[in-house]
Amino acid sequence: MQSDPAEIHKSVRKYYAVGGLLFVFTAITVAVNQIHLAVPLAITVALVIATMKGSMVASIFMHLSHEKKWIYGSLILTVVFFIVLVLLPNLTVSDTIGKTSPYTAAAEHATEKAEK
Amino acid sequence: MEIPYTVEPRPDSGLANGKLGVWLFLASEVMLFGALFSTYILLRVGAIEWPHGELSVLLGAINTFILIASSVTIVLAWTQLKLNNFSRGRLFLIITIVLATVFLVNKYFEYAEHLAKGEGPWHSTFFAIYFTLTGLHGLHIIGGIVVMAYLAGPGAGLWRRNHEQFTNRVEYTGLYWHFVDLVWIFLFPVLYLL
Repeated sequence: MQSDPAEIHKSVRKYYAVGGLLFVFTAITVAVNQIHLAVPLAITVALVIATMKGSMVASIFMHLSHEKKWIYGSLILTVVFFIVLVLLPNLTVSDTIGKTSPYTAAAEHATEKAEK
Repeated sequence: MEIPYTVEPRPDSGLANGKLGVWLFLASEVMLFGALFSTYILLRVGAIEWPHGELSVLLGAINTFILIASSVTIVLAWTQLKLNNFSRGRLFLIITIVLATVFLVNKYFEYAEHLAKGEGPWHSTFFAIYFTLTGLHGLHIIGGIVVMAYLAGPGAGLWRRNHEQFTNRVEYTGLYWHFVDLVWIFLFPVLYLL
């Protein structure tokens, strides 16, 4: 970051503004939760707001909006592996080749339970 | 022997070693929390029923506000050091420590309430993943407090010897602290609201 005092003072105002916005977004998240939306919509809204808040923290507070390419490079690699990490267990469970899917088994179990 | 590139950037990366080191550490942290978030998704998608409204939204929201405020104060600590104002920089560092401690106190009350009702990690899948995720996050908060307390206390002597190196240390601690805040930004809706 720059060391010019005028620029630093400008950055300080930006940090306060972002902090305020993060407060507002948190209040919106809680308010939306009180409306009791349908689960898929509630999940989408909450995660979209959380992603916006996370982006603000990363780009402004962590200065990712103007970083060196080495840091971007390591983060791009991290994102790729993160996506694989999140998907891998789900793909493993969803693999139904030669066996009954656990989700299908769970649904069948629930149906049997309801019939009893 | 003096450690090279603690202040001046390396010619190849354009970064001081500490900064690249912290970012690589944060990359490993993304994978750690990523594994647990992945576990959460797997457990939730596979569950026949998932509890709702088990946690206090008010306490969770208060802790979110506290962590956001602490993210602002630690970045202000760094900017004050950049302006050569050590006493104000240290003050903001101490405020961050206080906010982090209040977060943990809230968490203590929350945990105590659930444990008193027998809702420990053994109670259900939901509480198992709740205690695992928030417990690991809480350990990160404690780690942050230890580092910030060192910088505001015994480690502050470095300011007299090398302004820039001390400022860089506060910046790296700030990067870690913002990451801890970022994790909570996702934990709050995932555990408390959905």
